[in-house]
Amino acid sequence: MYRLMATERRVDQEGTSLQRQGQLALWVPAVGQEGAQAGALTALREDDWIFPTYREHLFALGRGVTPGQLLALFRGVAHAGWAAEDHRMQPYTLVLAAQALHATGYAWGISRDQAGWDAERRRAEGQVVLACYGDGASSEGDIHESMVFAASYDLPVVFFCQNNQWAISVPAATQTRVPLARRAAGYGFEGVTVDGNDPLAMHAVTAWAAEQARTGAGPVLIEAHTFRGGAHTTADDPTKYRTRAEEEAWAAVDPLARLEAHLRATGAAGPDPDRFFADVATEGEELARRTREAVLTMTGDAVAPLDTVFETVYAEAHPLVAEELAWHRQWQAGFADTEVEGDRS
Amino acid sequence: MTTDTTTPAGAVPGTAAGPAPVTGAGTALETLTIAKAINRALADELAADEKVLLMGEDIGSLGGVYRVTEGLKARFGADRVVDSPLAESGIIGTSIGLALRGYRPVAEIQFDGFVFPGFNQITTQLAKMHARTRGAATVPVTIRIPYGGGIGSIEHHSESPEALFAHTAGLRVITPSNAHDAYWMTRQGIRSQDPVIIFEPKRRYWLKGEVDVSADGHRGVSAFQAQVVREGTDATIAAWGPLVPVALAAANAAAEDGRSIEVIDLRSLSPVDFDALQASVEKTGRMVVTHEAPTFGGLGGEIAARLMERSFLHLEAPILRVGGFHLPYPPSRVEEQYLPDLDRILDAVDRTFAY
Repeated sequence: MYRLMATERRVDQEGTSLQRQGQLALWVPAVGQEGAQAGALTALREDDWIFPTYREHLFALGRGVTPGQLLALFRGVAHAGWAAEDHRMQPYTLVLAAQALHATGYAWGISRDQAGWDAERRRAEGQVVLACYGDGASSEGDIHESMVFAASYDLPVVFFCQNNQWAISVPAATQTRVPLARRAAGYGFEGVTVDGNDPLAMHAVTAWAAEQARTGAGPVLIEAHTFRGGAHTTADDPTKYRTRAEEEAWAAVDPLARLEAHLRATGAAGPDPDRFFADVATEGEELARRTREAVLTMTGDAVAPLDTVFETVYAEAHPLVAEELAWHRQWQAGFADTEVEGDRS
Repeated sequence: MTTDTTTPAGAVPGTAAGPAPVTGAGTALETLTIAKAINRALADELAADEKVLLMGEDIGSLGGVYRVTEGLKARFGADRVVDSPLAESGIIGTSIGLALRGYRPVAEIQFDGFVFPGFNQITTQLAKMHARTRGAATVPVTIRIPYGGGIGSIEHHSESPEALFAHTAGLRVITPSNAHDAYWMTRQGIRSQDPVIIFEPKRRYWLKGEVDVSADGHRGVSAFQAQVVREGTDATIAAWGPLVPVALAAANAAAEDGRSIEVIDLRSLSPVDFDALQASVEKTGRMVVTHEAPTFGGLGGEIAARLMERSFLHLEAPILRVGGFHLPYPPSRVEEQYLPDLDRILDAVDRTFAY
């Protein structure tokens, strides 16, 4: 868990650097939220599904998405960098809360597929869906509708709210007067607020919630109380809306530092903890190097041409798209001729 | 996933042709209303593919506010004909999730004016899913929407928002005008691998017609093709959905003045069968496009522009549009003044000859 958190943070930092160097259109730092994500991810099974927002980098890397696939969206080379089925994790969603309904519908499909299963089989083979959102998106109607559908049909959804205190510049208090977990009661299912910077607590609660959903007890809401340590995105300036004191208070409970202290205190980092942490740091550097390399090589011929969008907008033939693609190819071919002539001159 | 009872949607090549002659052999004609034809199509798809399920508000026990789904819950069960919560975004959003899981949801939006709470899910999510995943995810969601005016109803129950969806890449938009098409286009729409929105002409739900429900009753016609529903030589009227009968009546009236009017039922609004329209206007030289939706920013303008690009030198007159005004749909006591009718269409036809 520590390895996952520390190496992900290093990739995350590299994302910010790459954006600052003009190599990414945007980056969305998740620094400070690694504990919430690592605890939740390690409590899920490999075939459980994750429907993310756009800040679940640890989920992605933990599920085997490569740094290059993760950053393809932010590099502007693809809207979805990885194949969902390969990782049981959907692509990122930018129109927030939409994904919670997709998660709920997917869970509905699971529930239908598992109709007639007894409790034992559900516990052994059942799947659950983790529906990610945040304190900001909690105000969106789609979150409400997701919870209504999930409750009405007892669907195996774990609603996973990372309350990182800030929706860009608007504080969580503007979204809600009560702890967000308490909203679950209004839908008739359990809601739990967890210290999101305590990955062990997150693991325990997520394991319980997944078990509930898996065995047919219906949805559960987990509110991970955490903090967005960095900016909302690289286009943002947190000094305009929040105080240094608040950032420092949360830095004191940084999940990575806390887990390191715990591992050192309990001896869980092995006989030579310094060596363990140094090794993880080296791994992080290696992953950051691969991240940079992957981003810098996503250029030229490595970028899928516009043709691929024409080819995939519909699954079946569409004459207008075919006509426009033919025109586009002819137009592009004209430029190719010009370039050749230019080279000769 | 599809079986062989219908041509895969979009697979029928070429331009529109008139319906093939009914030979008798292999046909199974039934006289049905459009509502019953859709009901039959839904039942046949539910029976053919266990992954098909219906969901929507009041579609189960009540059978839908127009009774289009009547009897289906009793026959197929509450798990396959689902009375959903009153939440259009939820209906569409969960349909997307179900489709990602391998299901084939057919969602009903109760009225045209109620689709907008689900508009975000349709346009930013459903429409883009296949392209954004580079083809990895197919989301064969069908959305049925009763649309159009002329039923004397109250606000938000009479609208024609088809252009908003036809404008959105990734969606297919179809609208039948008769019972036979309603049956086959519904089945073909459900079987399409793309998201399909079926606008059902609600004021024609009780219009009866012969439906060929035999296995090849579609006669090789795709849901995404136009059809010439009346042949003519002097001018073309292009219409869809509820205005096709009005266009045919206008053509009959014009015949009394010695004018031979061709009527094209577009049937599909995305894609639009421009080849069929082009062939017709190059034959007749004149065209009037009519729809209930406002003309400004409407599909009539797109059709006129495309045909001007394709067929400018064949045109004897500008392509004229007859549609709704740039107004919110009016109170029903005055909707007759708003809706295109026989006289307004004939007036436009006259103007194409006077040009």
